[in-house]
Amino acid sequence: MPESRRLPTGSVIGRLVLIAAVIACAAAAFVYTGGWFSPERLTPDKLVDALTPPGGAPPLGHRRNHAKGVCFTGVFEANGVGSELSHAQVFARGEYPALGRFNLATTNPNVRDGTVRVRGLGLMISTPDGQEWRMAMIDAPVFPVATPQGFYQLLLAQASKDPNAMPTFAKTHPEIAKFSNWAKSAPWTGSYAEDRFNSLNSFIFVDGSGAEHAVRWSLLPAAQPVVVAPEELAKRRPDFLEQEITERVRGGPARWTMLVTVANPGDTTADPSQPWPQDRRAVEVGTLVVREIEAERNGPCRDINFDPTVLPSGIRTSDDPFPAARSSAYAKSYDRRTAEAEDYPRTAPGGSQ
Amino acid sequence: MTPIRRFTPPQRFLHWLMALCILAMLFIGVGMVSTVAPKYLTLVSIHKPLGTLILILALIRLAVRLRYRAPPLPPDLPEPLKLAAHLSHYALYALMIVMPLIGWGMLSAAAYPVELWDGVYLPSILPLSDRLHTVLWNAHYYLAFLFYVVILMHVAAALFHAIIRRDGVFEAMGPALTRDKVGPADRPVVPLQRSG
Ligand code: HEM
Ligand code: HEM
Ligand code: HEM
Repeated sequence: MPESRRLPTGSVIGRLVLIAAVIACAAAAFVYTGGWFSPERLTPDKLVDALTPPGGAPPLGHRRNHAKGVCFTGVFEANGVGSELSHAQVFARGEYPALGRFNLATTNPNVRDGTVRVRGLGLMISTPDGQEWRMAMIDAPVFPVATPQGFYQLLLAQASKDPNAMPTFAKTHPEIAKFSNWAKSAPWTGSYAEDRFNSLNSFIFVDGSGAEHAVRWSLLPAAQPVVVAPEELAKRRPDFLEQEITERVRGGPARWTMLVTVANPGDTTADPSQPWPQDRRAVEVGTLVVREIEAERNGPCRDINFDPTVLPSGIRTSDDPFPAARSSAYAKSYDRRTAEAEDYPRTAPGGSQ
Repeated sequence: MTPIRRFTPPQRFLHWLMALCILAMLFIGVGMVSTVAPKYLTLVSIHKPLGTLILILALIRLAVRLRYRAPPLPPDLPEPLKLAAHLSHYALYALMIVMPLIGWGMLSAAAYPVELWDGVYLPSILPLSDRLHTVLWNAHYYLAFLFYVVILMHVAAALFHAIIRRDGVFEAMGPALTRDKVGPADRPVVPLQRSG
């Protein structure tokens, strides 16, 4: 090395320290971004951990919530009317393949069907343009809490041994009253085919002219609901809902009408615990036709994540904070359950059968 | 004595453009998986197209590299350091190409549509498979950290050349502002006025 370039030992050390400082700062910035210095940050890991059932063992290989379910396939028949609200191909008159999952809002995959208050439906509709619309809906008309943080607090309160945890939660989150009233008073049915499922979250439909419409949507059952007392349902076989829908669909398809409700200016879109007034414009956009039921075990829905942010062009998320939180948590749940495939009872019958 | 003393301007341009993109990607990656806030969706919607852009730029860069090669390292650089330099450069090229492919494959193996922007998708490159998804997820996760570690070592080495050895290695990749000068050594002798 030519003499002119050689540095005195003192400045070599100084410069080595400088380099080390640069690298240390860069490493710290990375760790900070990853949230390691921010224990208060709500992460997808924390949300999914909070869904660990009482007893502490998550249902390995299963969804971390809505763990029990059954797959279906069929079609979505669009009547073309939805095109005035969104330019997504799924609303253009036609028939598009549908794949979905009837499920129960529980972390226990072996639960007795008759004991679970909230029922859900995951759905994926594919269109010839290569796009997909995924959604996961429940039969409750409102969500229990206003924010994802609130949902996390609710899970912690439910898991808490402190008898005051839930009353305290209800005081700090008064919005839960609407949901609690529904849970206490709404009639139960003996079939998925008789239930109504609601998106609850608000999304934005973009029409062909670029105009935007804030919407929520629901699936209304074609079958006439027959009210059954919960005490009666609790006595039925553990898998009666799955067996009932399998037998029903064997006899002919089950149908739901998709109803899109359009917000008025000023209606809150950011809070799924607040229903919109009954008089809002509602548009029937098509029919979900369920033609075949398959057990989850080897069914086509098992390894699908019904992430509500997988949307076709023409639908996008709104200022509702839930779809983002759900997407991050569902991905985490998916990552975990697919990594546990060994533990999933692939071929053996499920524990409760 | 070769007439090429510095990396060619396209190589230097690609190096610095990609350095920015890759650093951004690593931070976006660890940031997005640690939040449930609405910015999660925004970050994911940058991660996918930016990662794809990196794959395209990396392939172009590899072609440019094979065509124009690299200026030799200073002859007085000890052999183990030369070896470390070459190995780390191989590793960086490999990671720039493999990381986006793994990300793409991981989403394909989970049957997620890989949306780059509104209505534009990458095709699926793998069948739905829980095992493949898990292998690729782990690879994407651990290689991301390895990538960052190799980059930090690379930056430390570059600074070592720039402010301690002052042997022209940094200037060979320096942002295109300095003028090329042909000196008697294998490396350009660029005026080194900074002191301190
Ligand atoms: C921040 C709030 C929420 C969290 C953390 C959460 C969490 C989860 C998780 C971890 C899963 C399992 C996902 C998988 O492994 O594929 C799941 C499934 C599900 N969730 Fe949520 N959820 C939330 C809000 C909601 C809301 C608002 C609805 C209804 C409108 C809903 C309806 C469903 C349904 C129907 C499923 C089952 C989907 C399927 O069959 O795969 N969730 N949820
Ligand atoms: C140079 C390219 C890339 C770099 C440096 C990179 C880096 C990262 C990092 C640091 C993470 C966070 C890992 C963790 O802490 O869990 C991540 C996650 C992720 N990356 Fe990439 N990535 C690249 C390309 C891609 C591409 C091209 C795609 C898809 C097309 C992709 C999809 C993903 C997904 C989906 C996740 C979240 C995984 C999960 O936890 O579910 N990445 N990436
Ligand atoms: C952040 C991501 C970065 C990546 C992926 C990266 C990648 C690379 C690669 C692959 C080479 C070898 C070039 C070739 O042989 O074609 C290289 C060379 C070089 N890089 Fe980087 N680099 C990054 C950041 C940086 C930074 C921040 C600096 C400066 C502080 C830097 C300084 C250099 C220098 C001086 C060389 C020339 C080494 C030589 O002459 O052999 N790099 N870089």
